[in-house]
Amino acid sequence: MHPAGGNALLEVEIERKAFVSAAGGALDVLRDIRFALDPGEVGVFVGPSGCGKTTMLRIVAGLDPDYRGRVVLPPGARIGMVFQEPRLLPWRSVDDNVRLAAPDADEATLSALFSILELTAHRAHYPDELSLGLARRVALARAFAIRPDILILDEPLVSLDAALAAKLRDEIAALVDSRPVTTLLVTHDTDSAARLGDRIFLLSPRPAHVLAEVPVRTPRGARTADDIASIQADMARTLSAA
Amino acid sequence: MLRVISLLAFLAIWWIASLAAGEQMLPAPPTVLAAIIAEARSGALFFHLGMTLARVGLAFTLAMTLGTALGYLMGRVRTADRLGDPWLILLLNLPALVVIVLAYIWAGLTEAAAIAAIAINKLPNAIVTVREGTRALDPKLDEMAAVFAFPRWKAFRHVVVPQLAPYIAATARSGLALVWKIVLVAELLGRPNGVGFEIGVAFQLFDITRILAYALAFAAVVLAIETLLVQPLERHASRWRQRAA
Repeated sequence: MHPAGGNALLEVEIERKAFVSAAGGALDVLRDIRFALDPGEVGVFVGPSGCGKTTMLRIVAGLDPDYRGRVVLPPGARIGMVFQEPRLLPWRSVDDNVRLAAPDADEATLSALFSILELTAHRAHYPDELSLGLARRVALARAFAIRPDILILDEPLVSLDAALAAKLRDEIAALVDSRPVTTLLVTHDTDSAARLGDRIFLLSPRPAHVLAEVPVRTPRGARTADDIASIQADMARTLSAA
Repeated sequence: MLRVISLLAFLAIWWIASLAAGEQMLPAPPTVLAAIIAEARSGALFFHLGMTLARVGLAFTLAMTLGTALGYLMGRVRTADRLGDPWLILLLNLPALVVIVLAYIWAGLTEAAAIAAIAINKLPNAIVTVREGTRALDPKLDEMAAVFAFPRWKAFRHVVVPQLAPYIAATARSGLALVWKIVLVAELLGRPNGVGFEIGVAFQLFDITRILAYALAFAAVVLAIETLLVQPLERHASRWRQRAA
């Protein structure tokens, strides 16, 4: 199960990432983060807020070259990313926002995607006319429309009410099951982690490193409420042991 | 509707002021209208308006194109900003008259000198505004474009330009007003035609009616450009903004 061989799709070894603080000193954000994901695996990273999860995702996405270590992706890998804020272009319609990112997507793919995410009625709307939950879905649609090799989700469920978050979580699960895509998902919610992850990594407070990997035995589709509760209990036990 | 009422109020105030000051100092609206019609009949009005408008168009396009490009560069590249900033302050504080006079002395009383001088007067203003707009660009949207591998041109067109549009519209608006004021000075000093030249002649004869006739005819043209061209463009560019119903 653990990728000892050379068939990992994504390999991350961040030795150190520091920011220069306002006072002039260096502030360590990440220290010794190492993990690898096989093709199609969903890796979930759980950690306290402010521990550097977003910084890690930005490094993997290639947005921050200023770190020590290496990130190995297949050459020419397409990255689909859902940022914490939707980051849509307010002056383009929902439809155009998705099409601009995914010029090669055909109409059938797009309408299927819009229908899974319940956005069909909103295709002509502008982002400012949408609620946060809808805007997040557009950001998800945009990330999936490019048929990514790697999908990066930064707290996609944060600041949504519980019912909406559960619904969106199920939609994300449906999407990653419909086409296997190597996924990095960051959250501080153990429930979504236990429901979505193939692999679950626990991160320490800043400077963040991987505390432990929580074993997940049942495949995502077959997990019962008991399985999910037991994964969550494992996570809690590992955290208190650390 | 409110615009029409406001315009009528302007006419009314003018008329009352003319009654108070006398036809000699301030001719009444019908007198000026008659002068406009007479000039239009002879064709002189359209010729001079056309010449001035052509100069405005050329100088404005030149200043806006160059100003937008330089402003964007200075907003994006720190070194360019450092290098360009002293020049910009110099240009901003150079009186229009100095630029026009020097251009005529150095390049002769030519069309090119006139248009270059007018454009130089507008240029720093366009640079400053577009530079502000460029500094205000949202880095989060740049990152989005980078992750989704937007080609350079696509990112510029769909991510950068819409953010700069309000700044470009603002500088275009103030620029049109500025350019048309300066073009008259350039025409007065060194061109054999155009509204500025005609006003210069009228000034030598103290012909207030003719001064007003040409000034108002040109103001009407500018108003038409603003209503028929600038405002619809602006509405189109901001159609995504939510408006009160």
